[in-house]
Amino acid sequence: MTVTPGWYMALAVVLFVIGLAGILLRRNALVMFMSVELMLNAVNLTFVAAGRELHSIDGQMAVFFVMVVAAAEVVVGLAIIVAVFRRRRTASVDELAELRG
Amino acid sequence: MVELTLFIIFGLTAVYGAVTMVWARNPVYSALGLMLSMFSVAVFYVSNSAHFVAVVQVIIYAGAVMTLFLFVIMLIGVDKAEDRVEKIPLQRPLALGVLALFGAGVLWAGRYVWVTGPVQGVDPVNGTIEAIGSQLFRQWVLPFEITALLLIIAAVGAVALALFKDEEAGE
Repeated sequence: MTVTPGWYMALAVVLFVIGLAGILLRRNALVMFMSVELMLNAVNLTFVAAGRELHSIDGQMAVFFVMVVAAAEVVVGLAIIVAVFRRRRTASVDELAELRG
Repeated sequence: MVELTLFIIFGLTAVYGAVTMVWARNPVYSALGLMLSMFSVAVFYVSNSAHFVAVVQVIIYAGAVMTLFLFVIMLIGVDKAEDRVEKIPLQRPLALGVLALFGAGVLWAGRYVWVTGPVQGVDPVNGTIEAIGSQLFRQWVLPFEITALLLIIAAVGAVALALFKDEEAGE
């Protein structure tokens, strides 16, 4: 029984859906942000598995660039969370309802 | 056989870490669960012969990014218990339904070849530093330079956000 790239795709789907559940069900901005990272990881796994299946190294290049963008995103996102926390003393997205009509 | 064993062990580990991340009340546990998940994904990179990407995953993601997350968790405090009461009506059942539909849809779409297209190369891919580097500085050199710009903008933005003085908070 060999492990085909389809297995990795299925595992990536599971991880992606768990990350999406974190975004939809949690209310802590930090945990939601970590869920985004998990979803990016799941997509990276599909890139690598597809690159192996298609005999192309471009999948790994895509993973490389996704990682760079994710690093930049983490820096700015965490800075925003800290700035919001300094002003509002909370990391819960439910309490950030300033624009509510 | 080795790959199957690795897949089962680290697949379960990755899912366990991910579920821990979503489920844990304490954000530190969430961060550690995510770290576990990222290490397991690095193992899958190795078994897909993406060696350099696996090393980068461990150093950048599990190392640098998660350290940054833990710093921020410690900075803004973990003692604030999260309110688990959902305020939006029907949010949870709708979310679970959408998740199930989405997962089933992706798994169904993944059974067809038109998603990935035909096989391109001849040789099996081997993600050594040499292969990645030569590709990076030939075909992908412009995106690579643009990432330098992106990182500078991100660093400047983070510094600007950190320097932001806040009069209304009054402390």
